[in-house]
Amino acid sequence: MKKLLLTLLLMPFLATPLVVSASESISLDKAPIDAADHESLQRGARTFVNYCLNCHSANYMRYNRLLEIGLTEKQIKDNLMLAGEKIGDTMKVAISKKDAAKWFGAAPPDLSVEVRARGADWVYTYMRGFYRDSSRATGWNNTVFDKVGMPHVLYELQGEQELNHETHTLKLVKPGKLSVEEYDVLVGDLTNFMAYMAEPAKHQRNQLGWFVLLFLGVLLVLTYKLKKAYWKEIH
Amino acid sequence: MTDKNKSALSSALNDGLNWVDARFPLTSNVKAHLTEYYAPKNFNFWYFFGSLALLVLVLQILTGIFLTMHYKPDADLAFGSVEYIMRDVPWGWLIRYMHSTGASMFFVVVYLHMFRGIIYGSYRTPRELIWLFGVAIFLVLMGEAFFGYLLPWGQMSYWGAQVIVNLFSAIPFIGPDVSEWLRGDYLVSDATLNRFFAFHVIALPFVLVGLVVAHLIALHEVGSNNPDGIEIKKLKDKKTGFPLDGIPFHPYYTVKDLVGVSVFLIVFSAIIFFAPEMGGYFLEANNFVPADPLKTPAHIAPVWYFTPYYSILRAVPPILNSQFPGVAAMGLSVVAFAFLPWLDKSPVKSIRYRGMLYKQWLVAFVISFLVLGYLGTVPSNIWGQFGAWMGGADRATVVARIFTVVYFLFFVLMPWYTKKDKTKPMPERVTG
Repeated sequence: MKKLLLTLLLMPFLATPLVVSASESISLDKAPIDAADHESLQRGARTFVNYCLNCHSANYMRYNRLLEIGLTEKQIKDNLMLAGEKIGDTMKVAISKKDAAKWFGAAPPDLSVEVRARGADWVYTYMRGFYRDSSRATGWNNTVFDKVGMPHVLYELQGEQELNHETHTLKLVKPGKLSVEEYDVLVGDLTNFMAYMAEPAKHQRNQLGWFVLLFLGVLLVLTYKLKKAYWKEIH
Repeated sequence: MTDKNKSALSSALNDGLNWVDARFPLTSNVKAHLTEYYAPKNFNFWYFFGSLALLVLVLQILTGIFLTMHYKPDADLAFGSVEYIMRDVPWGWLIRYMHSTGASMFFVVVYLHMFRGIIYGSYRTPRELIWLFGVAIFLVLMGEAFFGYLLPWGQMSYWGAQVIVNLFSAIPFIGPDVSEWLRGDYLVSDATLNRFFAFHVIALPFVLVGLVVAHLIALHEVGSNNPDGIEIKKLKDKKTGFPLDGIPFHPYYTVKDLVGVSVFLIVFSAIIFFAPEMGGYFLEANNFVPADPLKTPAHIAPVWYFTPYYSILRAVPPILNSQFPGVAAMGLSVVAFAFLPWLDKSPVKSIRYRGMLYKQWLVAFVISFLVLGYLGTVPSNIWGQFGAWMGGADRATVVARIFTVVYFLFFVLMPWYTKKDKTKPMPERVTG
């Protein structure tokens, strides 16, 4: 009901949302986003720190912000901070932009707000869209990001896919350590974490919103009654 | 409190007020602008948007002050400082979303406020100057929004500014020098960011507030128009000298505007708390990528409130290899509003007493404005191309051209169709 009312209220604006991604023709899979699922966020944070944070920074994300998703300071220090940073530091990388640009063709972008730029569905589909392509220097290509500079960092987990160029479907040709379902969950958690990291205050914002609207609803009733009382004498 | 204390207190307050009044026209100003400013009693919901525009202006200034405390106008730091506001500044996300949503809502209420002026003929004699101040406010507001949009230093900020500043280089002879002078560099850079910051936080707000004061002084000099478009000052109470169809602005319209404010705040908050990006219309996804002078985005579109004029810019074909006609048409499409008081020859002001001819032209104008607005948000190949019989032209471009013509005809033909229009007789008194 609340959703319905809100949709009606915002209808004229939401009627034709702009295309988020620049590559329109690709159909994206729906990412399982749940900002209230702390376990998923924690698993995603671990995957992010272990696999992404070697090349990609998250310069606007502080380690101690992870207290918010149910981790303790000790857990953060022991499991997620591996290079002697301070708990209030942001997630930086040692790799220099210049070197990275030389190695990969382009410097790996900072991922703090990547989900806001590309959308969670894009990230979710991208991380599951790598396939073997011998024409590429890295040996990898991607269904949603053609000629991507990034190699498939999670290939040990997912295994190797091949693209059928006629049907445009991916096929797993060499299984990895995880089953297809397990890998989808892993990438889902990672995407969930990246969505959280892109706007940590979002969950709080949505919860607070209902109280604000409730307050303003009461205010509307009062101001309407006040107006009625004053205007009784005007004909 | 006893009666004796009460009267002592009120006489002390009275003495204080007299002391001030002997030195500053406080009581007389409160009377002139609030308690004895007589407004027509038949205002409808269209009349909320003036006070709402004032509310949004105040909100933008207040939130802007707090953003300025944490924002860094430096090409290396700007993007990060906005994220710092979103994450590390207590309630920074709320202040930033209020400001970004406020920018779009400013245009929503101003467009509705202008439309009210058009349908009820509020620009007609004796309110031409109110209207001209209003058009000036609109122009400054567009500048204010444009300068502010560069500050987050995202890809759309950067390339949007690049495109708009380049428009000036289409002006014959002086163009290239003008755009270089505006940028302070050969391309949009740190120097541009610094000067846009100065324009956005001090120069234009100053002008804006000054114009708003002039707009209100002119309004209170001649009095408000109303949905019937008749002058309430013509019929006054013999004894008091106040208009028969007027009521004091305070308390009647202050309490009524509070209802409008409540409804507005509900819509405003719903956006801030649940959809601050507004599907990409208020905050564009590409603006979450830091500005990169070496990487041009595939599709550059201005924010929604500029898109009707941007569409007109794209619709006008270059003449003699010069983009100037398009730029001139875009400028004219905004300035055209200023001529309305002298283009409208109708004997009546309000749409209530106009005939079908005028109404048809108004509907055609509104449709043009909306279609052009939509087309400005999408690439011009969105609807594909016509066949060889049209030279393979983009369908959307042809449609934009047709509606650009309709847009200008609304103004150009106005003297003709408002004179020829079959109007209805106006009533003596307001009809509620």
